[in-house]
Amino acid sequence: MNRRMVLNTIGHIAVTESALMLLPLFISLLYGEKAVWSFAVSASVALVLGLLLRFFSKPSTRVIYAKEGFAIVAFAWLLMSLLGALPFYLSGSIPSFVDAIFETVSGFTTTGASVLTEIESLPKGILFWRSFTHWVGGMGVLVFVMALVPNVADRSMNIMRAEMPGPTVGKLLPKARDTAKILYIIYVVMTLVEIILLLFGGMSLFESVVHAFGTAGTGGFGIKNDSIASYSAYLQWIITVFMLLFSVNFNLYYLLLTKKFKSVLKSTELLFFGGFVLISVIVISVNVYSIYGTLSDTLRHTSFQVSSIVSTTGYATVDFNQWPELSKSIILLLMVVGGCAGSTAGGLKVSRVIILLKSIYREIKRLLHPRSVRTVNMELKRVDEQTLNGVYSYFAIYIVIIIGLYVIISIESVFDMQTNLSAVLACFNNVGPGLGAVGPTSNYAVYSDFSKIVLSLAMLLGRLEIFPLLLGLNPLMWKKK
Amino acid sequence: MNIIVVGCGKIGQSIISNLVCEGHDVAVVDTDGDVIEQVTNAYDVMGVCGIGTDNEVLEEAGAAKADIVIAATSSDELNMLSCYIAKTLGAKNTVARIRDREYNDKSLDFMKQKLQISMSINPEMFTAYDIYNLLKLPGAAHIENFSTRNFEIIELILKDDSPLIGTPIIDLRKKHSAKFLVCAVSRNGEVIIPDGRFVFEAGDRIALTAAPSEIHKLLKSLKLVKKQVKNIMILGASKTTYYLAKLLISLGSSVTIIDKNPVKCDEFSETLPNATVIMGDGSNQELLLEEGLANMDAFVSLTGLDENNILISYFAASQGVSKVVTKVNNKEFLPIARRLGLDTIVSPIRTTSDVLVRYARALQNTVGSNVEKLYKIMEGQAEALLFNVHPNFKHINIPLKDIKFKPNILIGGLLRENKAFVPTGDDFILPEDKVVVISTGHVLYDLADIIA
Repeated sequence: MNRRMVLNTIGHIAVTESALMLLPLFISLLYGEKAVWSFAVSASVALVLGLLLRFFSKPSTRVIYAKEGFAIVAFAWLLMSLLGALPFYLSGSIPSFVDAIFETVSGFTTTGASVLTEIESLPKGILFWRSFTHWVGGMGVLVFVMALVPNVADRSMNIMRAEMPGPTVGKLLPKARDTAKILYIIYVVMTLVEIILLLFGGMSLFESVVHAFGTAGTGGFGIKNDSIASYSAYLQWIITVFMLLFSVNFNLYYLLLTKKFKSVLKSTELLFFGGFVLISVIVISVNVYSIYGTLSDTLRHTSFQVSSIVSTTGYATVDFNQWPELSKSIILLLMVVGGCAGSTAGGLKVSRVIILLKSIYREIKRLLHPRSVRTVNMELKRVDEQTLNGVYSYFAIYIVIIIGLYVIISIESVFDMQTNLSAVLACFNNVGPGLGAVGPTSNYAVYSDFSKIVLSLAMLLGRLEIFPLLLGLNPLMWKKK
Repeated sequence: MNIIVVGCGKIGQSIISNLVCEGHDVAVVDTDGDVIEQVTNAYDVMGVCGIGTDNEVLEEAGAAKADIVIAATSSDELNMLSCYIAKTLGAKNTVARIRDREYNDKSLDFMKQKLQISMSINPEMFTAYDIYNLLKLPGAAHIENFSTRNFEIIELILKDDSPLIGTPIIDLRKKHSAKFLVCAVSRNGEVIIPDGRFVFEAGDRIALTAAPSEIHKLLKSLKLVKKQVKNIMILGASKTTYYLAKLLISLGSSVTIIDKNPVKCDEFSETLPNATVIMGDGSNQELLLEEGLANMDAFVSLTGLDENNILISYFAASQGVSKVVTKVNNKEFLPIARRLGLDTIVSPIRTTSDVLVRYARALQNTVGSNVEKLYKIMEGQAEALLFNVHPNFKHINIPLKDIKFKPNILIGGLLRENKAFVPTGDDFILPEDKVVVISTGHVLYDLADIIA
């Protein structure tokens, strides 16, 4: 284990985060808020810590392998969350430190689960930072650092692979750094387009930036207590479309840029995702039509809620807690599936679901024809057995962890199964609002500190897709052999 | 530059590793998914799984925008077809590994022209020429010719009784009247560029530059000049053996080739009627002695197994053969071979990747870099580069001793009006010159890069 390299890279992260905090600091300064000081102090702490880490860990070799990649990602995300919680705590916006950590983890992991009941009165700087953590966490901080800093590490693909969600992470360009750059360029441009479109709809600059951040990271922090409900139909549609756009595999946008339209249209994952969303919208629309009366309202609300949940954003225009049981169960299903691999969305990922379904089909065939030979294909290519095994074991551990967390959360024994299970699913899949007592109109403040820490962990596990956190924090990996 | 490497075999991977070190954007193509995975894990490259003659695969690897496409699979025909398709897709330059004897004659130019292949590489041929040069000057462990120019860099390994040991370099030049310059010294695996106060020890590997006549004068005064090799024994009937034997026979040497494969022996006796072809197991010491190993001027082991080559070479050296050349492809064996006293080692893989690095830099030449030639010396740990002096170069007409260079940089030679000479501190660079720069640990693209 190249410990120095791990610490050195984490040092980079702390310095980057301190730089990122300058943005909300500037916003606070602009609005003349007292929160300026909390940002100044937090940024300094992050800077000093980062420089110290880098100063005391000059690595002898910059080569990292898969395990260093896991460790870097695990520790970077933990450190980021701790440092990111400082402004909330210091400014007094969130008086409890555990709450502040929950809010920050929820921000960086783009969950959007909140412990705040009253957000409209919070300082603008704090609100900006809350949403900005979504934007930063969406594409990944380490990928961001890789795009900025030349030669973060030799074989830096190992970091990217650990941080980017999906069964396989490929490169768009020969160099890992160029790949990170192009992903961020696509990300930035799409965010800017959304900001402009929101401005057209009459949002103020601050509001449109904050909501664009929330959508881009598929996070879900807003600045209104009723989320998006009070905005115009136009704005709701814009956000609906962008939530879906940000949960599509970013590789497809690169293909569009390089004018390979055919391969985009042939993408199995995109077609499946589109069909899944469409069917969900239709079924829920039929199911809830009686509540809203008009077709346009029904379609708007159902597509907004479906996009919000499947993209794991978590914005809401209506309280889907009031919907009939069928619609609620579809919402739960959407939570589990999530967006496409290689996007900013969470969940199990569409490509994994496709592989799992095709494997089930293959298994049925094999039972009927024991000697049949059949490969699992995806995007016109064969999925190799190693990737298949990766998907199976991910699914298995996903189920185990969900059940484990559900049991731990239930120790409190305050809420019913619907609330607890949906809370775990909503946190682990980085959605945000769940059902029952944690529905879109309520929040996570009702849980005890212990459960909040468990749920924070669930969010991190979900964002990093379990293994990096599990392996990076495993003491066996750190032992010298 | 954007470079695609088709085929990730031993040669392919060595090329990839070198090109990535040079900072190029490399995409690799191979049919084996496991190999792709291993290569993309080890190097910062993009991998595409598929066959290199499939235009969709090449397109996915970015052939349309590639500056160089290198086809280095084990099949000549596949390589040529890959290059042709890549070229049609828009690749600027193509390099094919073509090594079959049938293609490496007059038909090569014809095919290169028809298939628009920019360069063909033949590792076996490169190696044969390497060995041929070494056998012509048996005192050296390695020789680089700056081709048309009369300038050479030779590498020696200092034996215990070498007269160079114990005297500072500054005094050596006075003692031996030849004008030479010590470019680099490798001691215990570390390469340094020495200054005048440096004192040699036994076992050092040193690189010298000088004009060829000066080198002979120096080697003579060092008693390193040996008589031209006449009797050569080559172990293993490989492609390299064929090219080498042909070169040596044309020089008038007598060549004995040993191989245990009767089919190959038969083939060699047909194509090389002037060589003595022996069918037998080369690891049989009795056989080697019977065929007159002890009376050979040189012994070259070119079997496919590094381990075999090293052990049999060691045996040949112990029998008093004065020049032993060993083919070792696996880098990890080099220290062991050196410890056994085998100083002249050739590697087709290293030679080939050096040629390609040189080719890539020369192409960059046209897009702003000024490297005319590049050679890797000291087993790849140092570079000798030939620069054109750019009109914007500021440090002309200044004595070299007054210019502040970066550390580990040395001006090894100046080429002026087709004459090469070794500069002293009082010489200066003129606008029309070409400059030979020796460096370790830098990647240089322009002469201005050497100034501190």
